[in-house]
Amino acid sequence: MEEGKESSGSNWEPKLITFLCNWCSYAGADLAGVSRIQYPANTRTIRVPCSGRVNILYILRALQHGVDGVLVSGCHPGDCHYLSGNFSARRKFAVLSRLLEYVGVEKGRVQFSWVSAAEAGRFAEVITEVTEDVKKLGPAKRLVKNSD
Amino acid sequence: MESGRYSNIKIIANAKIESLKGQAGNYNVTVLKRPRYVDEDLCTACGTCVSYCPVEMPDSYNEKLVNSKCLYIPYPQAVPASYVIDPKYCLFQTKNECRQCEQACKDLKAIKLNQQAEHIDIQVGSIILAIGFDEFDARRKKAYGYGEYPNVITSIELERMLSASGPFTGKITRLSDRKHPKKIAFLQCVGSRDIETNAYCSSVCCTYAVKEAMVAKEHDPDVDITIFYMDIRTQGKGFESFYERAKTKFGIKFVRSRLASLERIHESENLLFKFVTEDGKHHSEEFDMAVLSVGLEPSRTAKELADTLGVKLNKEGFCQTNEFSPTSTNREGIFVAGAFQSPKDIPESVIQASGSVALASGFLSEVRGTLVEQKECVAETDLTGEDPRIGVFVCHCGVNIAGVADVKKIREYVETLPDVVYAEQSMYACSKDNQDKIKQIIKEHNLNRVVVAACTPRTHEPLFQETIREAGLNRCLFEMANIRDHCSWVHANEPQAATEKAIDLLRMGVAKARLLSPLKEETVPVIPKGLVIGGGLSGMIAALSLADQGLECVLLEKSKLLGGNLRGIYYTLSGNDPQKLLRDTIDKVTSHPKIKVFTEADIKEVTGYIGNFLTRFSIGQEEQTISHGVIIVATGAFEYEPKEYLYGENESVITQHSLEEKLALKNFNSDDLKDVVMIQCVGSRTKEKPYCSKICCSQAIKNALKIKSIKPNSNVYILYKDIRTYGFREEYYRKARNEGIIFIRYDDNTLPLVKEENGELRVEVFDPILGENILISPSLLVLSAGVDPGDNRSISKLLKVPLNFEGFFLEAHVKLRPVDFPTDGVFVAGLAHSPKPIDETIAQAQAAAARAAIPLTRGYVMVEPVASIVDSEKCFGCGICEYLCPYGSIKVISDEDGDKAQSISASCKGCGICASKCPRQAITMGRFTNEQIIAQIDAFSLATSDV
Repeated sequence: MEEGKESSGSNWEPKLITFLCNWCSYAGADLAGVSRIQYPANTRTIRVPCSGRVNILYILRALQHGVDGVLVSGCHPGDCHYLSGNFSARRKFAVLSRLLEYVGVEKGRVQFSWVSAAEAGRFAEVITEVTEDVKKLGPAKRLVKNSD
Repeated sequence: MESGRYSNIKIIANAKIESLKGQAGNYNVTVLKRPRYVDEDLCTACGTCVSYCPVEMPDSYNEKLVNSKCLYIPYPQAVPASYVIDPKYCLFQTKNECRQCEQACKDLKAIKLNQQAEHIDIQVGSIILAIGFDEFDARRKKAYGYGEYPNVITSIELERMLSASGPFTGKITRLSDRKHPKKIAFLQCVGSRDIETNAYCSSVCCTYAVKEAMVAKEHDPDVDITIFYMDIRTQGKGFESFYERAKTKFGIKFVRSRLASLERIHESENLLFKFVTEDGKHHSEEFDMAVLSVGLEPSRTAKELADTLGVKLNKEGFCQTNEFSPTSTNREGIFVAGAFQSPKDIPESVIQASGSVALASGFLSEVRGTLVEQKECVAETDLTGEDPRIGVFVCHCGVNIAGVADVKKIREYVETLPDVVYAEQSMYACSKDNQDKIKQIIKEHNLNRVVVAACTPRTHEPLFQETIREAGLNRCLFEMANIRDHCSWVHANEPQAATEKAIDLLRMGVAKARLLSPLKEETVPVIPKGLVIGGGLSGMIAALSLADQGLECVLLEKSKLLGGNLRGIYYTLSGNDPQKLLRDTIDKVTSHPKIKVFTEADIKEVTGYIGNFLTRFSIGQEEQTISHGVIIVATGAFEYEPKEYLYGENESVITQHSLEEKLALKNFNSDDLKDVVMIQCVGSRTKEKPYCSKICCSQAIKNALKIKSIKPNSNVYILYKDIRTYGFREEYYRKARNEGIIFIRYDDNTLPLVKEENGELRVEVFDPILGENILISPSLLVLSAGVDPGDNRSISKLLKVPLNFEGFFLEAHVKLRPVDFPTDGVFVAGLAHSPKPIDETIAQAQAAAARAAIPLTRGYVMVEPVASIVDSEKCFGCGICEYLCPYGSIKVISDEDGDKAQSISASCKGCGICASKCPRQAITMGRFTNEQIIAQIDAFSLATSDV
């Protein structure tokens, strides 16, 4: 395990995974790049066709393996490239949120957002907020498998 | 780049047309190809010769801010990607000595110092002119000191300075002392809207100045920027909000003024601006640097080319076209696109480019396909049983990536990853020569997976996939890591964090790449018929363009009559007759054998995908279903219905449209026109409707001039925010002022006040020139109501295409794909896309038709191998997938093995909803398998990032 995991000292930087749907949020992130809007460098993106593609197991897997926070971002409700994929995602995540609460994973560690292809500024804001939220929570410990 | 790769496009660079013989359909063009002194087929652009070349010359691409060798590649993405020698500087060409480069290239023998000019005869049916523009030479405005005062630069020079791959690696630099300026002034309209030089408006300078100012602010948030202007003309789609952001978020100052003088302060080399604001007050302010926003002029080669081809130029020296045929020249079979037609921005240029293709393609439709070269298809290498051998290419993107992240370190790290057998750094991974190199390396190192760390897969994945396919690898054996758009650009001030992130992203990409497998590509036949939704001008022109290209189409109009908004336009600024255009177009559409028109049609359902759409619509009680290959959305827009200024309460308050109808149909009495007040930006550039409607300024001036021609002694007042008569429309603004039409500017703090007193209208407005409120009692108050998109949500849902914030349809890419939707096979044109005048509507409708014609004429489309795959061993037939699939593309089938789900790959879009919800994990998705995604997660989460 990493050193940083042990304490939430001032040097600790959270590790975040973002699942971005190809059509809206990933494009929004591209536009943030083109517009040179700066945001914290803690996130690593995994491109998925649709937020509906994100299996709950992915999120649990990430948390188990020591990722401090997960963001899933898709198209705005009603704007899904696949018509209803983001609704499917939303229902799924409503259930997941309750599960996470039940097992003691802090609120804010796993977040969902809607960012369109045009919302570069919004994308940067969401990333900044999620990073700040997770920073406040400190390193994720609840689900981490003790691999040592 | 793409055109350089395309087998049916032959690029002859460094050339000009010498003569044209024959007639439309059978032109004989003689091309003079000047010697480049380098054999472009042999040259690999390795650059060894450059280090031997002893001669430096000013680098034109970098605006002569720096020098280059006289043996050079003009810019990194240049096609052909081969060196060229400038004979004016080369020692061999001028003094018959040196020949160092020949020595440097003695193995390849690509340097040909004795190369001669060639004359090439080409037979063509049609010609498209796209020679672009030249920038205004700022030396002609002597008073601004350009070329004399070192810190006065042009906007184009600033553009190069701001470019990360430019001469100063993205740092704004004073030429006098190489320091970074802290206070910059932009001066607008240099060589535009100026009767001494160019009277027309160059259309793009306001927007580019705003952009440059914002980029400069991003580079250095402390820099103080002022833009001196007459009117800010950010009339293009999305540009108004850009301008608003510049003011509110970036704190860029905009000062409406006239410049009295620009003086050089010798000690500091600063510049003293003396200017007069609207209120008549004189000011002076010192700046570290002055940027002249130079206008667009006709290309210096325009005259000669026009003479050779017999094509007419307009009085400004641009190609002459008619408002109603914006991409046609006076000569049959010769078309025009881009800034050679008039000054214009990127999206408008791209639209015209496609539009001119529609015409050329229609002109040549009878002989389509006769001279086409079929691309040779390399057989796919069979990889069965092979272990992954991954090649990684890490792109510098000039300094876009390398200026922030440590590319060498990233490459060295990647080399340590399992299954990576090759890694290298590329200056521009996407350049044409690099594609050849990738192919070569795949062969040399026997690679079977390729990972490119560069920009976004959304734009560049297809290019690299094509490259590896040409090297015999299946397209799906490719993965990209986005270390530019998602990394170096957004963490520009954190080089170490950016490097770490790039390393993580690459490790994740490589982890995924190890699990990639080849997927079969299918082709699906295309029904050669188009559906056009909307029977206004854009819909009709789109249908006609398709039909003229020999393609069948169906035109659906929801109202009783064809024509849309064009029915209410009676005259134009340049004196054309829109009602004749309306009649002629309707005649052509209704009599064309290839077009079927349905009015009062209501679309109920659209299913299918590119090549195979099925649309159900009703006409009254009757329902019809048609199958078709593509869709063009041309649903138009409406005039905004004002809620302000007593509209609907006082009958003397009308909109520009009603005024135009009154004037055209002579439905007024003389007193109505005695004192006319027009208010601009009603339902535009407001809090509720923030966009600019683009057409209302011209409309107001058109109607104002009409009133003056009917009743010369009438008083017409136009209350405005900025007058946006861009391009050649500026002439009519000048005319309006000369004819005594009174222009009074207002802004959000000084909105006009409209009251009714004793049945009479009163308009009170602050006049910034007089510095006091003035009161007018108009006989007519005309509101320049903007363009309202109406409610497009149902069409947007039916077709699964997005809308922007304002309710207009959102194209796939605002600059490069202005008529495409992200959904394949669906296109957009006209007011449904954004507010625009007739000429731009026509060009866009033609453009949409040209784009739509591509799959229709090709006859097939390739289906992306992204479909769901069901593992029937695991599947137990619960049917959750069938229930959830938005496309009905997965079905549970019962047979002797029990109930099993089956995927219908031709209509599967690859969203993966089924896969993520499958309780047995029995479904996987083409390029996004569970294993691949989990490998990415693990590659990030399990690694120690001690790099």
